[in-house]
Amino acid sequence: MAQIDLRRKLAVLADAAKYDASCASSGTTKRNSLGGRGIGSTEGMGICHAYTPDGRCISLLKILLTNFCIYDCAYCINRVSSNVERARFTVQEVVDLTLAFYKRNYIEGLFLSSGVIRNGDYTMEQLVEVARRLREDHDFRGYIHLKLIPEADPRLVELAGLYADRLSANIELPRDEALGRLAPEKDARTIRKAMGQVRLKLEEAKPEKRDRKRPPAFAPAGQSTQLIVGADGAPDTEIMARSAALYGGYGLRRVYYSAFSPIPDGSSLLPPTKPPLMREHRLYQADWLMRFYSFTAPEIGEGTDDGMLDLAVDPKLAWALRRREAFPVDVNRAARETLLRVPGLGVKAVDRILSVRRHRTLRLEDVGRLTRSIEAVRPWITALDWTPGGLTDAVDLRARLAPQRKPKQLSLF
Amino acid sequence: MRTAVLSDPLDFDGWRKAARRLRLAGVEPDRVKFVVGASLGGLFDVDAALPEVEGAFTAPRAFLDMAAQLIQHRSEDRFELMYRLLWRLKDQPNLMAVLSDRDVAEAADRVKAVRRAAHKMKAFVRFRQAQDEAGERWVAWFEPAHRVLQATAPFFARRFSAMRWSILTPDGAAHWDGTLLTFGPPADQSQAPAEDAVEDFWRTYYASTFNPARLRPQAMRSEMPKRYWKNLPEAGLIPELTAAASVRTDAMVNQPAPTPNDRFQRVRAPVVDRAATDDLIADSLDELARGVQGCHRCPLWRDTTQGVCGEGPRRAALMVVGEQPGDQEDLAGRPFVGPAGRLLDAAFEEAGLDRRDLYLTNAVKHFKHEPRGKRRLHKTPNAGEVEACRWWLDHERSLVKPRLILALGATAGLAVLGRKPAVQTERSRVLTTEDGARVLLTVHPSYLLRLPDPALRAEERSRFLADLTVARHAL
Repeated sequence: MAQIDLRRKLAVLADAAKYDASCASSGTTKRNSLGGRGIGSTEGMGICHAYTPDGRCISLLKILLTNFCIYDCAYCINRVSSNVERARFTVQEVVDLTLAFYKRNYIEGLFLSSGVIRNGDYTMEQLVEVARRLREDHDFRGYIHLKLIPEADPRLVELAGLYADRLSANIELPRDEALGRLAPEKDARTIRKAMGQVRLKLEEAKPEKRDRKRPPAFAPAGQSTQLIVGADGAPDTEIMARSAALYGGYGLRRVYYSAFSPIPDGSSLLPPTKPPLMREHRLYQADWLMRFYSFTAPEIGEGTDDGMLDLAVDPKLAWALRRREAFPVDVNRAARETLLRVPGLGVKAVDRILSVRRHRTLRLEDVGRLTRSIEAVRPWITALDWTPGGLTDAVDLRARLAPQRKPKQLSLF
Repeated sequence: MRTAVLSDPLDFDGWRKAARRLRLAGVEPDRVKFVVGASLGGLFDVDAALPEVEGAFTAPRAFLDMAAQLIQHRSEDRFELMYRLLWRLKDQPNLMAVLSDRDVAEAADRVKAVRRAAHKMKAFVRFRQAQDEAGERWVAWFEPAHRVLQATAPFFARRFSAMRWSILTPDGAAHWDGTLLTFGPPADQSQAPAEDAVEDFWRTYYASTFNPARLRPQAMRSEMPKRYWKNLPEAGLIPELTAAASVRTDAMVNQPAPTPNDRFQRVRAPVVDRAATDDLIADSLDELARGVQGCHRCPLWRDTTQGVCGEGPRRAALMVVGEQPGDQEDLAGRPFVGPAGRLLDAAFEEAGLDRRDLYLTNAVKHFKHEPRGKRRLHKTPNAGEVEACRWWLDHERSLVKPRLILALGATAGLAVLGRKPAVQTERSRVLTTEDGARVLLTVHPSYLLRLPDPALRAEERSRFLADLTVARHAL
């Protein structure tokens, strides 16, 4: 194969990596480069350095080391039977690109993944070597996210965790059976075992109070995974149940949902359609309800029809519309967890309400200043000068609260 | 009307001095004006116009923190808003916590805008490489939405400490020489380099990482407002990428199914064997372990990491049967490695048993649980699941042929005896089953872990140890 120039490689290998939705650069240890030989810092909150016209942020240089791959996953642009242009970076090229971009303040760090070449161990060794050079040769203190090759030797996973802030292995499809059909060379059991191993390592790395010596660091930003939505016919309730099992089992920081997107040279197994962006959005909302609002997957399921989330209204509102007997809630007395269940009240608004009501009894107008949209909240609460009366039980409440546009248009095309 | 003159837009000390004297002098907020610059010649200077009033008062930390950020806002009336809050704090010391108050909410909104401007500065500054007599130098031209340069520059010093850099803005300039951060007068764009060779690579990356099938320009603009575009090297691509997106997507959606590329067929990985192994008859413990991994005899496998088979010598005299793997066992793929396993290990040692001589397994090989946030709550397997899994336990029993089976708890008892036993009344003595197997029943170690009363726990633990000793003598 003819040698292609570095910019062409970058184009090919960025294009090949862009279907992974994960871009976070937050949640790792706080550190900076003062007193060091190199550059880089992480200060808790991640930073999005640019946004592309798809509305997604660029936080990390997200690339593959190579898009050659020995697997044939139908949903993937890099599958072995795809006609896509192939390229491969050298380890040093990735190191140099990362530093060149970082110095110009384009990125927070590197997200490196790869097609599997030769075998899992060989591929993982290459990924780890990039991270090692950045950390050890260049004293780079920015963010590094490494993709785990689940088949790789546990020793390599340990090394990866030593250099990387975050590790991730993608579970890809909510149903094991679908993985068998669409990704015949991938084994869901191997992926889950790799995630289980990472969780055990993460727990080992947490220092016990009585430990004098801190155990060696392991992926301080934890692990995440991705589920592809809309490729295998799994309903939303099944996806949420899978997510809940993943959060519970592997201590994941995040589950990413990626609407299956048409790719150039797509497989005949998965006829191309436009990606279900609104469905993806609702799944993210449901995921937030599970992580920050103490909803369980079955509770969110109460607001679904045939296992699918309502595309026209958000999942909390969909749930509340079917649980009207739980409302209205008194903003001046209700407990935090009860307020969190009020449609239109986010975590911040609830915390503000709790802070203010220590000093004042809230009127509707006060609540209006603490939240984004009082219209959305009004039917569900009582305040000093407000009671919703029959509004909570109004037959047309859903229609009043749903955005005026039709769900079809909301697919954002 | 009182007018206080401040030296520059970020003159916090000047504002603080003036505000203190004004409040002590009892000057109400609607009679105070703050102006920046000496153009008024000090005529209305508060120092000149106000008598010195003795006294002192304190302002809450929450106010000072807010004011230090509020002053960076570009609004003309920010000083007056700060003074109004300071004035009202006199009668309402908790005012800052009342976020629903009109003034507090207004201040909070502006602070939010300032923080956002600082955050966007961290995001959108773009350094270009330059050379001077001392070598490599990095220079950026940036136009912040609010006056956040001074407060945000230390971030760049912490991040790019090994680089010499300057950030030039219309409000002033920040310079870092590797050890010291200094500030200079307002600059203009011509003082920064006009280009950088790596920007072509950055634009290539920007264009390639964009997915045209997900076009959402509104979402992009809300996070990357147009006001920043002129200084972002990548932003020039936006119109072209946006315009071509639907054509590119249509082409992908309407493409005919491609002919699979068979160039790399010979390196293709082998297909995973997914055949269910529900009816496998194993000749060895290794084969049995493989069988458990592919077992779909009941639905429990679905939400677990792996099946956990027994472990120990093929010819162990004592087989210990527990209930099911727990959270830790599910992750590690080995029986009795969690809290109950540790308790069991200690008890074995005290009873004179060596774990390495024993065959340890569970009645059910997959972990039955319910997710609850970041944890998994144990659920007791039902009779159907125990029955389904007996296929594997019976295999283990016939391969190991132990002289005695120690059944821990009711579920293990059910699996071994084929009936639900009364653990407390049937424990501590060797039972013989219909097929001639010798079974000793005792409690599960997790029962001991759950006992809240320390005295009762100690008592139950010694009964458990006594049962283990019975087992040792019965071998």
